[in-house]
Amino acid sequence: MVPDDEGGGLMRADLLTDAVDGLDEALAAVDGFDEVLVAGLLRPQPAQAHGLAALAEAVAGSPLAARVAEAAEKTAAGAAGEDHFVALAAARTALLGSVHDALVLRVEEAVGRPRDEQSAATAGDAEYAVNLLTAARSWLCDVARAGWQGIDHELVGGAVPVVSAMLPDAALRRLATLLDGFAAELAASCPGATLERVPVRRWADLWSRAMLLTVPGAAASAPGVTEASGRLLPLGVDVQEHATAVQAQVHAVFEPADGGTPRLVRASVSAPKPDTVVGAGLWQLLRPHMSLLAAVSEGRAMELDAMPVTGEGDLIWDDARARTGEPAEVFATARVALPTAAAFPTAPLDRHPARIAVPVLLEGYAVEEGEDGVAFQVAGQRLAVDTDRVPAAGPLTPEVVASSGACVGLLRWDAGEFLVQPLAVERTVRKKSVAVHAGAWAGGTTDKAGVRAEKAATDAVTVLRERAGRLLRK
Amino acid sequence: MGDGALSVWEKSSTARVVPSAHPRKLAKVPFVELADGRLQGVVSSGSDIGRVYVSSVEAGTYAFACSTNNNRPCGGARGWFCNHIRALISEAVLQYGVERVGRYLKVEVSGGASADAGSLTDAMTAVRPGQGDSSAAAQVFSRFLRHLAYLELAPSTAPLPEMQWFPTTRAVA
Repeated sequence: MVPDDEGGGLMRADLLTDAVDGLDEALAAVDGFDEVLVAGLLRPQPAQAHGLAALAEAVAGSPLAARVAEAAEKTAAGAAGEDHFVALAAARTALLGSVHDALVLRVEEAVGRPRDEQSAATAGDAEYAVNLLTAARSWLCDVARAGWQGIDHELVGGAVPVVSAMLPDAALRRLATLLDGFAAELAASCPGATLERVPVRRWADLWSRAMLLTVPGAAASAPGVTEASGRLLPLGVDVQEHATAVQAQVHAVFEPADGGTPRLVRASVSAPKPDTVVGAGLWQLLRPHMSLLAAVSEGRAMELDAMPVTGEGDLIWDDARARTGEPAEVFATARVALPTAAAFPTAPLDRHPARIAVPVLLEGYAVEEGEDGVAFQVAGQRLAVDTDRVPAAGPLTPEVVASSGACVGLLRWDAGEFLVQPLAVERTVRKKSVAVHAGAWAGGTTDKAGVRAEKAATDAVTVLRERAGRLLRK
Repeated sequence: MGDGALSVWEKSSTARVVPSAHPRKLAKVPFVELADGRLQGVVSSGSDIGRVYVSSVEAGTYAFACSTNNNRPCGGARGWFCNHIRALISEAVLQYGVERVGRYLKVEVSGGASADAGSLTDAMTAVRPGQGDSSAAAQVFSRFLRHLAYLELAPSTAPLPEMQWFPTTRAVA
């Protein structure tokens, strides 16, 4: 379908493929440091000293300059303490923060939506189990000394008691969940000496982020909370999971009841899980804790009454403050409400390219299907489509995406290029336009394949609960 | 870029390192893992609902052990892979795929694409592995309990920004 209205909904895709000034230099400094972590920091070689010095040089004009320079020097000499490693992680995070900012600026130009200049305020401190943060940092430092090529089962296993102690504490859930997923990957990759290839940037990302979260108060820097009353129009669901955790995030447009500027918001629900709970089982785990998932499946808006919302645009969902509203079609929301919705600013610690997830509407594209998957030709530009991010427990498949004519998705950036993650597509079936949603099964489904997947998932959890009930408290 | 240039995968923040577990029925073998240099797990007793067997096969040597959670040796695992161990291998292959299990246990499986749990088991029994000691049983059992404890942890609606690094993936083991 060719849209009649060529207004706010269309994207300047050309801006997404143009070079961004300074990006290559910043990423080169990041890559240099990341290579240092491959061999480890125990006995740094000259090449590693070079990578460390380049990192320090890249932040020489920032408030971090002196601390990072000292940390780079001590580390190169093999005489670094834990605080020095924290300083290096901070420098790397700051560099990727600048990359994030440059990319977000580019996205804003491309989508042409308003932005909110108001900066994200920082909330007060909560209380922390400092001993657990110290234990986590100590493990991370050991891992950094060993390097990815030096990891073994004993070293990696050191994370297990720390994670187990942290998980029940809500204030430590972020770091615990990160360490749990990170340690599982390292464990599956042991021994490091025989690794054929290393996810160099990824593991350095996870390590740096975990290091910063061991600084007391870092995880609580979620920006100040206010209340939101008005109408919430869902755009779609993004699912994230590792073996022992899952999170679903609903992206939506929020229209304040007082007639203020519509805003782009997210509502999240997450849960720790056994690794055998997968697919439809993820929805079953999350469904009882956020009524919004049912509203998404039913294609409805929700009315919010004083729902807490952070300065980053994250709703802290509470079923008691929401009720199901009128039917709201995702593509209508994307065509009418999305172009006027303003994004919240990103909190300082969250500024990282992996965090970029900007809702967009794409129409009038041509589909390319190649060996490396599906891509859209948008206004003469190729935009790769990350169909792998579409949850398996849902009706949206790569084939459906490839036969679509319109797509609501999240614009993301990874490994040097922008990608779109489909949340929903429109396709023409027998001359009628039909929408297919990635999160269609979030609240439940009557689809035949879906019902079968739900049944299998219910059985799995029933067995585990039965076993847990019988064996756990003996 | 020089010859040190990283590949796209190496430069990805969200590269998939460990594929999701393949869904499987859990009644017979509620817990399987590749850890501590072993394929290990917990197998439900066929006769007593309150009893489970802790079974394991060591990577490389295929030394095997099987005992109950109360540390009584399994009658079937005298000199040979018992049915609990065979079930453990089958379910591990369902959950992780034959390639990953084979690689972890260091088994050379013949048959290439047609390799399955049976060929994996045959390849291991062919070298007449010895009986391992069951001292790890307590540890495996406690890892199983830790695994079950994940069901008891409270879900949350506070955002977890770190999960951005763990996108879901359609690819499974």
